[in-house]
Amino acid sequence: MTATAPVAERPAKEPKQPKRPQRFNEGTGRLAALLLSPTLLVLGLVVLFPIISALRESLFTSGTTLDSNGFIVKGSTFVGLDNYLDIFKGDTGRRFWNAFYNTTFFTVVCVVLETVLGVAMALIMHKAFKGRGIVRASILVPWAIPTVVSALLWKWIFQADGIANQLIGTQVLWSTEGWQSKMSVIIADTWKTAPFIGLLVLAGLQTIPAEVYEAAKVDGASVWKTFTRITLPLVKPALLVAVLFRILDTLRIFDLPFVLVGPHKDSVETLSMLAYDEAFNTRYGPAAAYATVLFVYVAVVAYAFVKILGADVIGEARAKKPGGGAGGKRWRKKNAAKGTSDAAVGAVTVGGGR
Amino acid sequence: MAAVAPQPAEAGPLRRWAPLAGVAVIVIYCLAPFYWMAVSAFRRPSDQFSNKIIPAPFSIQNFKDVFAGSNGFGRGLLNSLIVAGTVTILTLIIGMVAAYTLARLDFKLKNVVLAIIITTSMFPGISLVIPLLKLFIDIKWINTYQAMIVPSLSFALPLAVWNLTSFFRQMPQELEQAAMVDGCTPAQAFRKVIIPLAAPGVFTTAIITFIAAWNEFLIALSMTNKKSIQTANVIISQFTGTTGRDQPFGSQMAAGVVVTIPLVIAVLLFQRRIVAGLTAGGVK
Repeated sequence: MTATAPVAERPAKEPKQPKRPQRFNEGTGRLAALLLSPTLLVLGLVVLFPIISALRESLFTSGTTLDSNGFIVKGSTFVGLDNYLDIFKGDTGRRFWNAFYNTTFFTVVCVVLETVLGVAMALIMHKAFKGRGIVRASILVPWAIPTVVSALLWKWIFQADGIANQLIGTQVLWSTEGWQSKMSVIIADTWKTAPFIGLLVLAGLQTIPAEVYEAAKVDGASVWKTFTRITLPLVKPALLVAVLFRILDTLRIFDLPFVLVGPHKDSVETLSMLAYDEAFNTRYGPAAAYATVLFVYVAVVAYAFVKILGADVIGEARAKKPGGGAGGKRWRKKNAAKGTSDAAVGAVTVGGGR
Repeated sequence: MAAVAPQPAEAGPLRRWAPLAGVAVIVIYCLAPFYWMAVSAFRRPSDQFSNKIIPAPFSIQNFKDVFAGSNGFGRGLLNSLIVAGTVTILTLIIGMVAAYTLARLDFKLKNVVLAIIITTSMFPGISLVIPLLKLFIDIKWINTYQAMIVPSLSFALPLAVWNLTSFFRQMPQELEQAAMVDGCTPAQAFRKVIIPLAAPGVFTTAIITFIAAWNEFLIALSMTNKKSIQTANVIISQFTGTTGRDQPFGSQMAAGVVVTIPLVIAVLLFQRRIVAGLTAGGVK
């Protein structure tokens, strides 16, 4: 049968061949599915399965039996939404809101600082004709250093009798509880990622044609006006994507506060650390509930960001693009997803510890 | 920041020197903490708390401690290399096929598939790690390499697919068509024409993936509790030091230097490529 089948099929297939020279990408749906399946399979296994499993897990609570390794053996009971309700109650509630506040605080402060510094750096690098190679190489150094190592590095700098205190002539106990430990996390995170935003913005700046600036000069625009009316709008797509991914990264911040200040510190405990702590203590149900809450939070922020700011990017992109108006909403929607996902996705995911 | 803006014509020297000064500030900003790590690593353990800019008696004692001690740091480096290396190779093999498909074939839902792949890199690591941790406990994968490698694919693979897709897109489609006119099958065209030409892009993706996997911490921390299997990052974070000091910063800094130096060298050598890879697709 295997031998005859191809012979039998052939005549039926032949006439369907198009007359023009065969192109590579014809009738390739099945081939595409086949070629994409390994990737989708892996991602299904390491992303989709855990997410669904976490949702399920968050509805259960596990018993307290431990095996010799300290891991739970068996005995989970269905508790419905109790894990979620418990999050907001009593002492756990206080811990959760504190972690929620810290996560949000770090995200807002770090991302704002990093964006401002990053844009400033990009502008300087764009202006500088000499030393660009050096600056590019050195800007990649903080990015390449593992977050854990940079956390230790800053811990050392922020030692009681370390260099930071000597430089500013104080005796701040940085990596203890309190505002100063928050500060130390913010400084370390900003150091590591601001140059990176700078790099992405610089790439955006380099696509702006010089004529635009010449025209502005002819029209007598001031420096500030040129910056706000020309530079900013034109680098906005690149900038927004960098900012979006920094936001997503900072929302799931874990390694930096975990190593720099340490676990169980109220002033720097983030949602990721809280979930990790629960899981580490084999309370998988609550841990999964915390992780799910974080996951939803990240999704909501990302969606809001694309909706509010992303729409703006698209508006400009559409104005620039001839014939872009015709597609209307559909075009806009497609590009809202694309414009933001397109740019520098890979890039920024490398940037931070998640 | 004021130095950034183009200066009015009369400010000649300022206009010339301000950007250079700015560059100097950026370089110092980026490198000073790194310099401090290196310098601290080269102090004698007894001078650990000295704040001199240059280590007075230069010493490599910290490095000796790191490798000689009971830290298992050498083993950690090897583990890191195994995990990050395997992640990179697996990612490239799987990702290249997907990226080529996304860049070249026309099919329905192409953008949806691409969007889904990219979205998967945005999930918080912790919400993936907890269920996988439970699963790996059940199937006895805790303290194995695969327990660290498999979850790492969740960020490495989308990243690689994304980067490679944009590299493949930049290559003219006529390449394969010419090869096929000459009698190649699509698979042959891919193997004999595209892969060799895409080598720089693949190499760039490999570096970026490797750096990302090398820097991974949360997964490695969660999936292991035995020293012999932990990666360098986890081991450094849990250093107790050879002499039992409370905070063995000297050896931690030395270990940090050891972990970072290969990456810094790679960054210096391939900075152009890395920048191209990082900004791929970010700007047209």
